[in-house]
Amino acid sequence: MINKIATSIAEALTGIEDGATVLIGGFGTAGIPGELIDGLIDQGARELTVVNNNAGNGDTGLAALLKAGRVRKVICSFPRQADSHVFDALYRSGQLELELVPQGNLAERLRAAGAGIGAFFTPTGFGTELAKNPDGSPKETRMINGKAYVLEYPIFGDVALIKAERGDRWGNLTYRKAARNFGPVMATAAKRTIASVYELAELGGFDPEAVVTPGIHVSAVVRIPRVATQAGGFKTTA
Amino acid sequence: MSYTRRTKDELARRVAQDIHDGAYVNLGIGQPTLVANHLPPGIEVVLHSENGILGMGPAPAPGEEDYDLINAGKQPVTLLPGGVYFHHADSFAMMRGGHLDICVLGAFQVSATGDLANWSTGEAGSIPAVGGAMDLAIGAKQTWVMMDLLTKKGESKVVPQCTYPLTGIGCVKRIYSDLATLACTPQGLQLIDKVDGLGHAELEKLLGLPVAV
Repeated sequence: MINKIATSIAEALTGIEDGATVLIGGFGTAGIPGELIDGLIDQGARELTVVNNNAGNGDTGLAALLKAGRVRKVICSFPRQADSHVFDALYRSGQLELELVPQGNLAERLRAAGAGIGAFFTPTGFGTELAKNPDGSPKETRMINGKAYVLEYPIFGDVALIKAERGDRWGNLTYRKAARNFGPVMATAAKRTIASVYELAELGGFDPEAVVTPGIHVSAVVRIPRVATQAGGFKTTA
Repeated sequence: MSYTRRTKDELARRVAQDIHDGAYVNLGIGQPTLVANHLPPGIEVVLHSENGILGMGPAPAPGEEDYDLINAGKQPVTLLPGGVYFHHADSFAMMRGGHLDICVLGAFQVSATGDLANWSTGEAGSIPAVGGAMDLAIGAKQTWVMMDLLTKKGESKVVPQCTYPLTGIGCVKRIYSDLATLACTPQGLQLIDKVDGLGHAELEKLLGLPVAV
């Protein structure tokens, strides 16, 4: 029998090792798996590489993980936010490595990891500073049918932490509104994907046409109490 | 002769005039979001937000905010009837694949041939952040820039070559500004329109660049 439902966050997060690459879903306020990030802080893994669109805001969630000194490197597209002071301080003091990736390249590199693509040529970033490797050397480029492209490689995760809306014991998932964002693609890109859900469904309790992430991509589903997503990470007045 | 700059709303209205019925449009963070308020009545335009929304609606009424439904600037929005959600890789594939008709962006600098600099001033010690800027710049069928023509110091933001870090090369088709609307072509700038009272020679002098008519 397949039962991916974990009875606790701690149980779902067992086995995350020091040095792991952790893909964390979410864009701005939506889809951040805050409870799983808190669980990762309790779990204790260190020297992590974190992949997220942002780099934490306020003092909770990803910012708290950074503040606890557990992250060595962040791969993201937009670290600077109105209240990203934890990241800002660690980055400025040289305690945190940053790999800045255009948002669409970030999504596609994750997709490539999950889809078995060895590397891909993308027009995004051609001719810019982000078409360089971290050591400053240029990334491989190619002209294809008169258009310029940069070669980008997949981003594999050891584990993905994502926030979904509803799941079943096979790991099938649905999401809520724009909280879907990176969840489905990160789920495919990690060796082990852990999803928090607000509701558990019986097998067959989902409309199969509506499942967004098929359970094959999910290792553990853990139910959390529903709380409304909070504001944050943006300037309230222009 | 004297001339008056377009206000932010007049500029937004000028951009909105050129958006066709049925267009799929991404409005960048900041000033471009104003364009949504000025779309001509009677046309239907589908707004894309790169965090996975097509058919994005206006801000919700106070008290109705849902922070699972936000725009690329992380501000709460609504979904129009017919609107849909999708994940990030699909959203950027939609963009990169050339399916959006128009993308309107802000800019620090645009070159006469359409190079765009809008993600970083390259200032030492600043924290770099790119978000979707590079994807947006090259993703739509047409990328338009909306900006003041001059900096606060009076320097032209349209330049022979960008000095700020590039976002994309040759990607901007049009510049909508407070003083003039210009097309960027491989041969340089071409005039679409300018505010009343601004002479052609004066515009070229402000820009420091030739403008073909």
